[in-house]
Amino acid sequence: MSMPTTTIAEDTAAPRRANAVLTGLRALFLRVGVLPFFLVATLIAFSLVSKEFLALQNLTNVARQSVYLILVSLGQMLALVTGGFDLSVGTAIALTSVVSALAMVTLSHMLPPDMLWLVIVLGCCAGLAAALVIGSINGLGIAVFGVSPFIMTLGVQSVGAGIALFLTGGVPVSGVPYEFGDVLGFGRVFDIPVPVLVAVVAASTIWLVMNRTRLGKHIQAVGGNAKAARLSGVNTTKVLFIAYALCALLASVAGLLLTARVGSGETNLGGTIALESIAACVIAGVSLHGGIGRVENVVLGGFFIVLLQNGMNIAQIGSYMQMVLLGSLLVLAVILDQVRYRLLVGER
Amino acid sequence: MGSLAAPLVEMVGISKEFPGVKALNGVHLKVERGEVHVLFGENGAGKSTLISILSGVFRPTSGAIRIAGNEVSFHSVHDAAKAGIGTVFQEFSLVPTLPVFENLYLGRELMRGPLTDRRAMLAGARKLFAELDFDIDVTRPASSLSRAQQQMVEIAKAFLSNARVLILDEPTASLTERETERLFGFIGKAAASGVGIIYISHRIQEFQKIADRISVLRDGRLIATVPARGTSEPELIELMTGRAVDQVYPKIAHRTDGAVVMTLQGIRTAGVHGASLEVRAGEVLGCAGLVGSGKSRIWRAAMGLQPLQAGKITLKGRDITGASTRALLEDGVFFLPSDRKSEGLQMTASARANIELSLLDRADFAGPLGLVRPRRSGALTDAIGDKVGIAKSAMDRAVSKLSGGNQQKVLFGKGFGDDRDVYILDEPTVGVDMGTRMALYQLIKDIAEAGKAVVVISSDLPEVMNLSHRLLVFAKGRIAAELSGAAITEENVLKHFFAETESAA
Repeated sequence: MSMPTTTIAEDTAAPRRANAVLTGLRALFLRVGVLPFFLVATLIAFSLVSKEFLALQNLTNVARQSVYLILVSLGQMLALVTGGFDLSVGTAIALTSVVSALAMVTLSHMLPPDMLWLVIVLGCCAGLAAALVIGSINGLGIAVFGVSPFIMTLGVQSVGAGIALFLTGGVPVSGVPYEFGDVLGFGRVFDIPVPVLVAVVAASTIWLVMNRTRLGKHIQAVGGNAKAARLSGVNTTKVLFIAYALCALLASVAGLLLTARVGSGETNLGGTIALESIAACVIAGVSLHGGIGRVENVVLGGFFIVLLQNGMNIAQIGSYMQMVLLGSLLVLAVILDQVRYRLLVGER
Repeated sequence: MGSLAAPLVEMVGISKEFPGVKALNGVHLKVERGEVHVLFGENGAGKSTLISILSGVFRPTSGAIRIAGNEVSFHSVHDAAKAGIGTVFQEFSLVPTLPVFENLYLGRELMRGPLTDRRAMLAGARKLFAELDFDIDVTRPASSLSRAQQQMVEIAKAFLSNARVLILDEPTASLTERETERLFGFIGKAAASGVGIIYISHRIQEFQKIADRISVLRDGRLIATVPARGTSEPELIELMTGRAVDQVYPKIAHRTDGAVVMTLQGIRTAGVHGASLEVRAGEVLGCAGLVGSGKSRIWRAAMGLQPLQAGKITLKGRDITGASTRALLEDGVFFLPSDRKSEGLQMTASARANIELSLLDRADFAGPLGLVRPRRSGALTDAIGDKVGIAKSAMDRAVSKLSGGNQQKVLFGKGFGDDRDVYILDEPTVGVDMGTRMALYQLIKDIAEAGKAVVVISSDLPEVMNLSHRLLVFAKGRIAAELSGAAITEENVLKHFFAETESAA
C-alpha cells in the first residue's frame, strides 16, 4: 500500500522542485530583468577562458574603468524612464571636454598662477554649462515642441560634435593645468580614486532623486503614462525638460573626469557611449517603454558592459568583433525587455 | 460672502467646438451642494466634453463657469483640482508602473523637507482605503490590479483631494454589483456631507436609486433637467433619443433557417476562458457584457489580433484555426474595430483613400502589371460613399477633420468593397450622433436581410438588445447566457452580467 504512494510522491517532487526554480527565475526576470542572467553567463564564460579574469586586481580595475559609463548611464536612465532616450550623450562629453579645456587654457593665461584653483573650477563650470546648453536644447525640442527624442537628440548630437570640432579644428586642446588631472583624474581620497567617489556621490544622489523626491516620482509617472500624469496635475513639460538637462549634466561630469584622465580636451571622447549607455540601462531592466528603472541596477549594468569588454579583451576578441557582440547584445536585451514588459503590464 | 446662496456649480451657455464638430451648444448646468446630478445621454451627446470642461481638460469656446458664485477659468486639471473639483475619468488615469499609493498622491505628494514622505503617504493611503472599505494592497503596482480595482483606486484618488465637486464618468462600467452597491454607499455619504456629485451613466435603473436630478443631453444640447423621482424610464429614453424607442431601432427580419457560417469552439485567450458559439447567415448575433467580460476579445482572438491559446475556429465548414487576419479578410470576414482612431482608419488620409484601401486586392480592378485602375476603383468608392451616406464634399477631406459619425461611416464603408459573408462589428456606433446611429442601424438591417451573418458586440445595452435576434451575455471570460427573441430583456441580461462573479464570491 505504501510503496506506490511513495513512488508517486518522489515522482512529483522533482518536477515540483524544477517548477519552483523556474518560478523563482521568472520572478527574478520580472523584478530585475536580464542582468543577473547575462552577468552569470559572462562570469562563467570568461573565467573558463582565463584565470586572470576573476582576480580581485582585474575586477577592481573594471570597477574603476566603469565609472564613466555608469555616470552616463545614470543620465541615460532618466531619459529612458521618461519614455525617451538621449543619443547626444557622447556629444555632451566631447563638448564638455573641449570647452572646459579651452576655458582652463585661456584663463590660466589671464589669471595669476596662484589662482590656479579658480581656473580649474571656472573651467569645470564652463564645461558643465556647455553640456547644460546641449541638454536644454534637447529638453526644449522634446518637451516644448514635441519633437521625437530620436530625431531631437540625433540632430543635437551632430550639432554638438560639429561645434566641438569647429572650436578645436579637430586638434586636441593641450596645456590643461597639471593639477586638474592630478586630482580629478588620478587623485585619491581615503585611498579611494576620486572618479569612483564622484560616481558614488552621483549614484546616491540620483537614487535619492528617483525614490524620494517629487521630481523622481514625476519622471516615472510621465514615462509610465504621460496622460495620467498630466491629469494628476504633473507638469509634464517641465519634468521632461529637467530629465534631459540632468542627463546631459551627468554625461558632462563623466566628460570632466575623462578630460582630467587624458590631460587634454578631446573631441572624440565618448564616441560609442550612447550605444553603451543605452545597452547598460536596458540590460539593467530599464524599460524602453518608460516608467521602469532602478538606479542600483543601472550601476550594475554599466559595470557589466565594461566587464564584458574587459573579458573580451582578455579572451583576445578583436575590437571589430566586440562591436558586433555589443550591438547584438543590445538588441537581444530589448527583445527580452519586450517580453518582460508584456508580462509586467499585461496585454491591453 | 453671499456664496452660500449661489449654486455650487453653475455652467452657463457652454459651447465647445472641435475642428469640424460642434460638440456642445449653449449648455446650462447647475449643481447644488449635496446633490447627486446625473448626466444622461447617448454616446457622443457631449457629456464627456462637458465634464472635461468642468475638470479643466478642455477650455470652452464660449460660456462661463461659476463655482460657489465665483467665476473661474481653468487652464489645467490641476487648476480645477485646486478649486475643489475631483474627477474620475472614464479612461483610467493611473500610471501602471507606479504602486497604488504613489498613484493616489501623484501630483500632490506629501513632503518632508525636500524629500517625499513615503511613510506618511503609505499610512494615508491605507487609512483612506480602510475608510472606503476597499481591500487593496497599496504597495502593489497599478498594472497588477483588475479593472474594478483600478476603478476603486481612481475613486479613492478623487476622494483624497477633499473635492467639493465629485465627477464620476461611468464609474460602474467595470464594477460588480457588490462593488457598485458600495460605491453608492460612498456617494450617499459624500452627498450628505455637502459634496456635489455629477454622475454620468447609461444605466437608468441603476442611477435612479441615487439621483436627485437628471440632465439629458442630445447632440451637444441640453434637452431638459428633470427630477429623478417621477420621471419614468421610457420618458428618459425618449428625451435622450428624441424619438420613441421603437422608432430608433429598425425591425430586422429574422431568417431562422440560415446556415451556420462560422463557429468558435472552446476558445481560450487572454480574458476568455473557454467559450463556444455559432454564427448563422441572415441573423444578427449580439454580444453583451461588462468591460473586460471577454465579449470583444474572443473575436479579436478569432481574427488573429491576439494570441489564441486553445480552441477551434471554422468558416464555411473549413478549419481556419490560427489563420492570419489578412487570410480571414480575404476569406470574406469583415471586422469593424471598436477604436476607429487607433485601429480603424488612416486618420490623416481622406475618406476616399480609406475606403479605397479595402479595394486594392480586388482582381477586377487590377490593370496591366497589377496596377490599380483609378477610374474604376474611384467609381466604386463613390458608390460606397453613397451607400453609407457620406456627403460628396466629405469624401476628399482628411478623416481626422470629419465628425465622429462620418468617421464611423467611412469605417463601415470599408466593409462594402468586397463580398463578405460575416460582418463582425465591435461597438458599431461608439461616439456617433443620433442621426448617424439610425443610418448605421439601417445598414446593419440591410446586411442581415441580404442573408449575411452579422455579429454586433456592444456595451450599449439597448442597442445590442434591440438589434439582436440572438444575444450572448458574457461574464468573466465565459458565455453566461444565450437569450433569444422575447427572452432578451434588460432584467434578464443584467442578471447574467454578474452571474459568474456572484457564484465565485
